[in-house]
Amino acid sequence: MIEEELTLKEFRNKTYVIVWLCLLALTVLTVAVARLQLADYAVFVAIAIATVKSGLVVIFFMHLKNEPWILKIMLFVALLALALIILLTFSDVAYRKGH
Amino acid sequence: MNGDGSHSVKEAESTMEGSEFAAEKHRIDYTGAKMGMWIFLLTEVLFFGGLFLVYSVYRAKYSGEFHGSAAGLDRFLGTANTVILLTSSLTMALAIPLLRAGKKHLSLLSQGATIFLGIIFLANKYAEWTEHIGHGIYPDSPLMVDMSRGRIIFFSLYYVMTGLHALHVLIGVAIIAGVLFLTARGKIHRYDFIKLENTGLYWHFVDVVWIYLFPLFYLIT
Repeated sequence: MIEEELTLKEFRNKTYVIVWLCLLALTVLTVAVARLQLADYAVFVAIAIATVKSGLVVIFFMHLKNEPWILKIMLFVALLALALIILLTFSDVAYRKGH
Repeated sequence: MNGDGSHSVKEAESTMEGSEFAAEKHRIDYTGAKMGMWIFLLTEVLFFGGLFLVYSVYRAKYSGEFHGSAAGLDRFLGTANTVILLTSSLTMALAIPLLRAGKKHLSLLSQGATIFLGIIFLANKYAEWTEHIGHGIYPDSPLMVDMSRGRIIFFSLYYVMTGLHALHVLIGVAIIAGVLFLTARGKIHRYDFIKLENTGLYWHFVDVVWIYLFPLFYLIT
């Protein structure tokens, strides 16, 4: 009864292992892509792969998938704030003359 | 970890002894404790986010020098540390369902493996930094002072960002060691595992930071 009150739905152990294998595969992918010398696109590809990996860690290892909506909203707001800070800074830097 | 303190542990133990009344009266505030941990982690997101912002702005400005400097980092060691940290996240994640399934010893083993992998990560970091310092690359060294501006910024950011991350790993290892001790003593058990849970969240967050640090420092050429 107490256990139910704790409201934590765990994933099965198998799920964690599969997520881990996916993370390793994505690590191999990101190293392989870095060898391709994509020049200007390389950084975006690297960040995209890192974001997929982070997503897997947050959704499964940190089991955000099973958490109440309030935690999801909180994370979303924090990431939105970070995105706005980065966007505003870049728009500032881009329109500056000299240093 | 979040100030839910010894009371809830005692209550949970009395619950285990069959006193449902105690359980009704003092419920473990699992959601509250976890939300507190998440709020802390969100402040950490903005903390590291600021550093990533500085990195992005200077990388855009000095992209050539960033690429040249990154060639001096050991890509193999960086990849190995990524695999080590990802694996340690798996062992940390498994520790919770194992404990809840009543497999206390396997959970302890899993937590111990996490600590071990964290220490290996730090040992690699130590070897790496020792090598850089041996080559005369460290903040304010004669070699670094004479470098171009972009290279100085790259190595400064490298030391600050991987250094702060390594500090987080070190703190994580210390906390997991504490949690391991509490689990062994039975203070953390299958009905009250919030401390293990929150420690896991912290550890996975540290893993996420490394997931971004790895390509941004080791994989640019």
